[in-house]
Amino acid sequence: MEFINKIYKDKFAFTAFLVLLFLYLIILFADFISPYSNHYSNRNMSYAPPSKIYTINENGKISRPYTYNYIREYEPNLMQTIYKQDRSVKYYIKPFVKGEKYKFLGIIPCDRHLFGVSDGGMLYILGTDINGRDVFSRLLFGGRISMTIGFLSLFIVFPIGLLYGGISGYFGGILDNIMMRFAEAVMAIPSFYLLIILAAILPSGMTSVQRFCLIIVILALIGWAGFARVIRGMVLSIKNEEFVQAAKTMGASNLRIITKHILPQTTSYVIIALTLSVPSYILAESGLSFLGLGIQQPDASWGNMLKEAQEFTNILYRPWLLTPGGLIFIAVLSFNILGDAIRDFLDPKSKIR
Amino acid sequence: MKIFKYIGKRLLQTIPLLIIVSLISFFIIRLSPVDPLAELRLNPSISQETLDKEIKRLQLDKPIIVQYCYWAKSFVKGDLGYTSAGEKVSVKLKERIPNTLLLTLVVIFMTWSVGIPLGIAAAYKKESFFDRLLTIFASVGMAIPSFFFAILMLIFAVKTGFFPVGGLTSYNFNDMNFFHKVFDIAKHLALPSLVLFTISLSGLQRQMRANMLDVMDSEYIKFARAKGVSEWKIIFKHALRNAVNPMITLLGFEFAGLLSGAALTEYVFQYPGLGRLILEAVMKSDINLVMASLMIGTIMLIAGNLIADILLMITDPRIRR
Repeated sequence: MEFINKIYKDKFAFTAFLVLLFLYLIILFADFISPYSNHYSNRNMSYAPPSKIYTINENGKISRPYTYNYIREYEPNLMQTIYKQDRSVKYYIKPFVKGEKYKFLGIIPCDRHLFGVSDGGMLYILGTDINGRDVFSRLLFGGRISMTIGFLSLFIVFPIGLLYGGISGYFGGILDNIMMRFAEAVMAIPSFYLLIILAAILPSGMTSVQRFCLIIVILALIGWAGFARVIRGMVLSIKNEEFVQAAKTMGASNLRIITKHILPQTTSYVIIALTLSVPSYILAESGLSFLGLGIQQPDASWGNMLKEAQEFTNILYRPWLLTPGGLIFIAVLSFNILGDAIRDFLDPKSKIR
Repeated sequence: MKIFKYIGKRLLQTIPLLIIVSLISFFIIRLSPVDPLAELRLNPSISQETLDKEIKRLQLDKPIIVQYCYWAKSFVKGDLGYTSAGEKVSVKLKERIPNTLLLTLVVIFMTWSVGIPLGIAAAYKKESFFDRLLTIFASVGMAIPSFFFAILMLIFAVKTGFFPVGGLTSYNFNDMNFFHKVFDIAKHLALPSLVLFTISLSGLQRQMRANMLDVMDSEYIKFARAKGVSEWKIIFKHALRNAVNPMITLLGFEFAGLLSGAALTEYVFQYPGLGRLILEAVMKSDINLVMASLMIGTIMLIAGNLIADILLMITDPRIRR
C-alpha cells in the first residue's frame, strides 16, 4: 500500500504508470478499438496519407466529424501517383459501427468496432503502408507483440539466471569457476552480434507463433549471463549467514537451501532488475525486427513496421510510417521512469541513476 | 615491472575465454542447416582450386569436434577462408575494423569530454533546475531506439543537404589534399557519431553524477571542507580523482555497448564498419565471414576491457598492491 502511495505522489512515475496502463489496455482491446483487422489490406490504397477529419462543414457550421475518401490518380506531369480527396460523398465517423468480424478478448464473437465510417468509406487515421494496410490498426496489433515480448523473455531469463547464479555461488570451488567462465564467455560476445546470428539460423517456414516463441528464447539467451553473475555475487555473501547454517544443520537439501532460503533474499534486486530490463528487451526486439530478422510479415510489430522507414522516399514523403518509433520511445521512457521510482523505493541506498 | 606482470596475467586469462567463445559461436553456427560452401559452389567466378582449398580447410566430412580443431588451427594461422563473393575474409576485415574503431573512438572521446563535466556539474548543483533538465535529457536519450534516431538524423541530412549520406568518403576522395580528406571523413562521421554519442552520453552522465555524489558524501571531503579548502579545489583535486575511477571500469563496458549499438547505426547510415559487415554476412548466410567477424568483435571487446583495467591500474594505486 505504501508503495502505491509513493508512486502516486511521484508525478513522473505516476504519469509513466498511467501511460503504460493505457498502452496495455489499448493493446488488450486492440480488436475492438482498431477500425480494421490485423490482416486487412486494400491493395488499391498503398501509401494513402492519413484521412483528414473535419468538424466544420462547407457552410462554416460545426458538424459531426466526417471525412472524405481518397482516390488514387496518376499524375503524368509529376510521373507519380497522388491521392486526391473525393469531395462528393461525406462519410461521418460514428461510434460502434459494424465492421470486420473478430473475437472480443479472443472468446466472444463480435463485429462492432469502437469507431469507424459507414460502408464504402475509408478511415485511415495514420495512413496506410505499402500493402494498403491501416497503420493505426497495425500499431495496436503490433503493440501486442512489442510490449509483451520483453516480459515473456524475462520469464525465461530470471529462473535460469537465479538458478545458475545460485548454484554457482552456493557450491563455489571448481564448479563455480567453470560456470562463471562460461557466463563470462557469453558476455564477451558483443550481444547484438550474437542476437542477429541466433535469429538468422532460425529455419524459415515456421508459423508465426513458433517464430514468436523462438525470438523470446533468443532474447533470453543474451540476457541471462549478466543477471546470473550478479545473483552469484549476492549468494556468495548470503550463504555465510546464520539462517543458512541453521538450515544446513537441520538437514535441508542443497537445492532446498538455494531455492527456499537464499534466493528469496534477492527479491528486491530481482524486482528492480526486472523493471529496468524490460526496456532493453523492447529495444532489442524492435532492432531485430527492423532488420527483418525478428517478427515477420504479415504479423505486425513496431520494429518491423519501421522497416519501411529504411527507404528514403518513405521517410521524406510518408512521415506517418514513422509513428511506431514514437510509440517505442514512449513505452521505453515510461518503463525507465517507473523502474527508477521502484528502485528508489525498494533500494533507497542505491545511487545508480 | 608490476604492471607488466599484471598485464601478462590478464592476457593469459583471456586465452581460455577466447576458446570458450569460439566453441560457443562455432556450435551455434554449425546448428544452422545451411551448407557453408553452398554459396561458393554456386558462384561461377570461384575456381575449383579455391573450393578445394576451402573443403580441405573446413574438413566438413569429419565429426564436428575435429572440424572445430581444424577451424581453430587455421584461425590462429590467420587463414580465415573466403567470403561467398570469393574475396579473402581477412582482407575484408582489415578494411572494416579501422572504420569501426575510428567511429567508436570518436564517440568515446566525445562522450567523455562532454559527459564527465556534465556529471560533475549535475552533482555539484544537485536537484537544481539544471540537474532536473539533464535528468530529463538523459531519460530521453536512453529511451530513443538508436536506429530510429538514426533515421531521424537521415531526414535531417537529406533536408539540409549539408551532411553526406552513407559511406565514409566522397566519390572524389582520392583527388583531395590532406586537409580536405580529413574534413571529408569528419563530415561523413558527424551523423553516425552524433547518434551514438547522444545514446551513450545519458548513461555516462548519470553514472558520473552518482559517483560524484557518493564521493562528496565521504569523510575526507567533509574534512577538506572543515579545513577551509576552496570548493573548486575540493571538486577537482579531491573528489574528481576518486569519482573517475569507477568510470574507467565502465569504459570497457561502454566499448562493448558501442560495438553492439554501432551495428544498427552503421546499417542505417550505410557506414562501412564491422557491424554492417556482420549484418550483411548474416543475411547472406556467409558462414566464414560471420564466424570471423564474430571472433574479431569478441577480441575487440576483450581488448577494450583489458585496456580499461590497465588504465585503472595506472590511475588507482590501490589496485597495484
